[in-house]
This record gives sequence, C-alpha cells and structure tokens, in this order.
Amino acid sequence: MNMQFDVEFLLGHMNYWLFVVLMMTGLYIVVARGNLLKKIVGLNIFQAAVFMLYISMGKISGGTAPIATGNPDEIYSNPLPHVLILTAIVVGIATTSLGLALIVRINESYGTIEEDEILELDRIKSDEEIEKLKTEASNSK
Amino acid sequence: MELALTILLFVALVATALTIALVRRLFAVVMLSGVFSLLSALLFVLMDAVDVAFTEAAVGAGISSVLMLGTIALTARSEKRPERYSLVPLAVVLLTGGVLIYGTLDMPNFGAADAPVQLHVGPDYIRKTPEDIDVPNIVTAVLASYRGFDTLGEVTVVFTAGLGVVLLISGLGRRIRRRREGAD
Repeated sequence: MNMQFDVEFLLGHMNYWLFVVLMMTGLYIVVARGNLLKKIVGLNIFQAAVFMLYISMGKISGGTAPIATGNPDEIYSNPLPHVLILTAIVVGIATTSLGLALIVRINESYGTIEEDEILELDRIKSDEEIEKLKTEASNSK
Repeated sequence: MELALTILLFVALVATALTIALVRRLFAVVMLSGVFSLLSALLFVLMDAVDVAFTEAAVGAGISSVLMLGTIALTARSEKRPERYSLVPLAVVLLTGGVLIYGTLDMPNFGAADAPVQLHVGPDYIRKTPEDIDVPNIVTAVLASYRGFDTLGEVTVVFTAGLGVVLLISGLGRRIRRRREGAD
C-alpha cells in the first residue's frame, strides 16, 4: 500500500474511524450485556453506524442534497447510497420489532429476559430430563 | 464549520452509546436510543442525506421507541447486575475494530469527488432523472420508479415481519388473564 499519513489523510479518514468506534460500541453491547432488550438496542447502534459509513461514501465536498434545483452547475451528492439505506432502515425496524416480539414471548415462557438466567433454567430442565431417563432405564433392567 | 459540527455530533453519539452500555434502567436505555437516533439524523443531514434523516428520525426515534417501551412494560424494568465481568468481549471488539480500521486505510478521502462510488452509475441517475421521471427529488425517483420492484420486495419483508410479530404474541393478553384467574 502506498500512502502517506499527512493531515489531509487524517481528516479524510477520521470519519470512517469514528464510525468504527460507534460500530464497536454497539457490538460490545450485543456481546457483553446479558439483557435481551439491551442487545437489541446495541444491534440498532451497530446498524446506525453502518448506515453512517454508507452515507458518508456518497458525500461530495461542496455538494448539496440530491434534489434537482434546475441549476446545471450544481454538484449533487450521490443519491444511490441514500436509496439503499432508506430500504435498510425500514428492514431494520422490521427485524427490531420481530426481535422485541421474541423477547416478549421468551419472558412469557421463562419469566426473565436475562440471558444467563435463561441458560440456567434450560440447564436445570435438561438435567431433570437426564435424571428421568436414567431412572426409567434402571427400572426397566 | 462542517468539520466542527461533525466532531461535536460524534462526541455526543459516542457518549450516548457508552451511556447506553452502562445504564441499568431499561427506560433510560430506550430514551437514550431515541436520542441516538435523533443525533444520527442530524449527522445524515450534514452528509446531504435528507430523506434518510427524516426516515431515521421517524422510525428510529418514533416507532422503535414506542415498540421498546411496550416491550419493557410487558417484561422487565431494569437490567440485572452481572455476577462477573469478562474481558473476552472487549478483546473481540478491539480486534474487530482494529481490522475494520485497517480496512479503511486505502479508502478514498471523505468527500472526494473522484472516488469510485461517484464515477459509476450515480451521475447517470442524477442526469437522467429530470427527463425520465420529472420528479425533482432523485432519491424518491430511484426508490419509487427506477427500483420500484425492490421497494415492493421491501414491503413484502415488512409484511412478513408483521405477520411474525402477530403469530408470536397473539393470545398473550388472554393467557395472562387465564394465569391470573388460576392464581386467585
């Protein structure tokens, strides 16, 4: 790779690095926090950071929003990333609402929305089943 | 000026995200995620994406906040304090972030007019939309006319998600009422 770390390079890439910081904050919430609702919020933060990264690629310095003004010399930012991200936002809210419905359903079955408590309940349940199978096997002998 | 605004918004966004990670009351988490959406809408305006900005403000700060408030009303109000802290997630996140930053190093500068993105089909859409579609907003023209079928597919996705939500939580009120009667 042929590049030099000067002020122009730093200013031109600072945005991307800030998006990465935001993205990683979202990922950290998803991985490290056990509360299911908080995981969904973390996923939304991650998603928003990806949207920002995408939109920033379409920006042209000195350009304006891609709405035709009639002035032939006008510079417009690229409208295609905007279209893609509009679709992504709507699909994002669809997946968020599905995730929230799953949380409500999990809370109904387990009585909790904390990941470690759910895993603990599952472990107790499977231990009980193993015990039951063992007693059945020893009775049939 | 624009640079100063961008940095200011970023400081606010990162502070909001970190507070979301630390706060335990879920009501505060939901409100902060609304704040996050509004701040990111401001950033979208700064990057000329006005359509994206108002969709993000309406969907991110509006609808998703309402849905999350409904969820915490039906489930729990606060997050449990974790019994132990692990360094593994932090390591994973730092590693991933490092790789992503390495990946940005050969990207074109922010705002460059000669970036590969700006030289392919984008200018064609900008040039032809006023003649082809006669709608001043190019984003709307691409979304509803040039790529109308994609938008139809998106509607299908939203419909499927709505169907999933209905199937998952239908009868919830009835079951809760029955359980209450059983407890009495």
